[in-house]
Amino acid sequence: MENVDTMHYLFAAYAAIWIILAIYLFSIQSREKKLRDELRNLREFLEHRPDNRKKA
Amino acid sequence: MDLTKQKKLDAFLLGILLIGMILALYMAFLGAPRERTMGDLQRIFYFHVPSGIVGLLAFAANFVASVMYLIKKDRKWDSLALSAAEVGVMFFMIVLVTGPIWAKPVWFVWWTWSPRLTSSLVLWLLYLAYMLVRAYVPDPERRAVMSAVFGIIAFLDAPIVFFSIRWWRDMHPSAMIEKGGIDPAMVPAFLTCSLVFLVLLVYVIRRRLFLESARVELERLERAANLVR
Repeated sequence: MENVDTMHYLFAAYAAIWIILAIYLFSIQSREKKLRDELRNLREFLEHRPDNRKKA
Repeated sequence: MDLTKQKKLDAFLLGILLIGMILALYMAFLGAPRERTMGDLQRIFYFHVPSGIVGLLAFAANFVASVMYLIKKDRKWDSLALSAAEVGVMFFMIVLVTGPIWAKPVWFVWWTWSPRLTSSLVLWLLYLAYMLVRAYVPDPERRAVMSAVFGIIAFLDAPIVFFSIRWWRDMHPSAMIEKGGIDPAMVPAFLTCSLVFLVLLVYVIRRRLFLESARVELERLERAANLVR
């Protein structure tokens, strides 16, 4: 077992760890960006919607 | 805590994490001795086991937050419960992927239905189901109560995962860090990696919690604007 044959398993395991971590962190980042955009659009919509103008 | 302080803390945690990860990799590949029978392959242990430990801690955080939500009915606990569950699923995914990669050259099988492996897979599936429950219940209060109850029940499997190698015969070596288990020369690398994974757990849960807070705020604004029922 103590030979080069098992080295690709070691490489595969560490590659899998980094890939899973990277995908998850990227998904958080992209969901955060999408939500931030939605929040900004909603705030703009609320500020400029007709019933708001009437009140003003 | 205001937004600037939160971002500063996140940047600080990220800095610690980057240095810690380099140190963890150094300890796992160069600091720890080569294991006698498995050779370098055993170095999977230094990231595989800490992933399992922090995964269980994340599920424990989900359990505590679920109980707290049912007592206090505060949305913050529900957000923490969701964040912890999702992060726990991610860490357990690492465990369930690296485990078979390690098992194949050592046990000569990718997977075996041993108590530790089976209970770990069941735990992961339970928290996947927890997130599906959340996705299919539109009412926020009902969703929070249902998922809190589900989270509490799902956590019953966590002690089974932890104690399975003590309660039943299993292919996993028992009590790795107990006396007579792990070689003392491997302890510093194992502790370094565990500590770094603990910081990673805190960092990722914080990031996920921040995302959830933004989602709750969006939901609140949409309701205030009568855009949703």
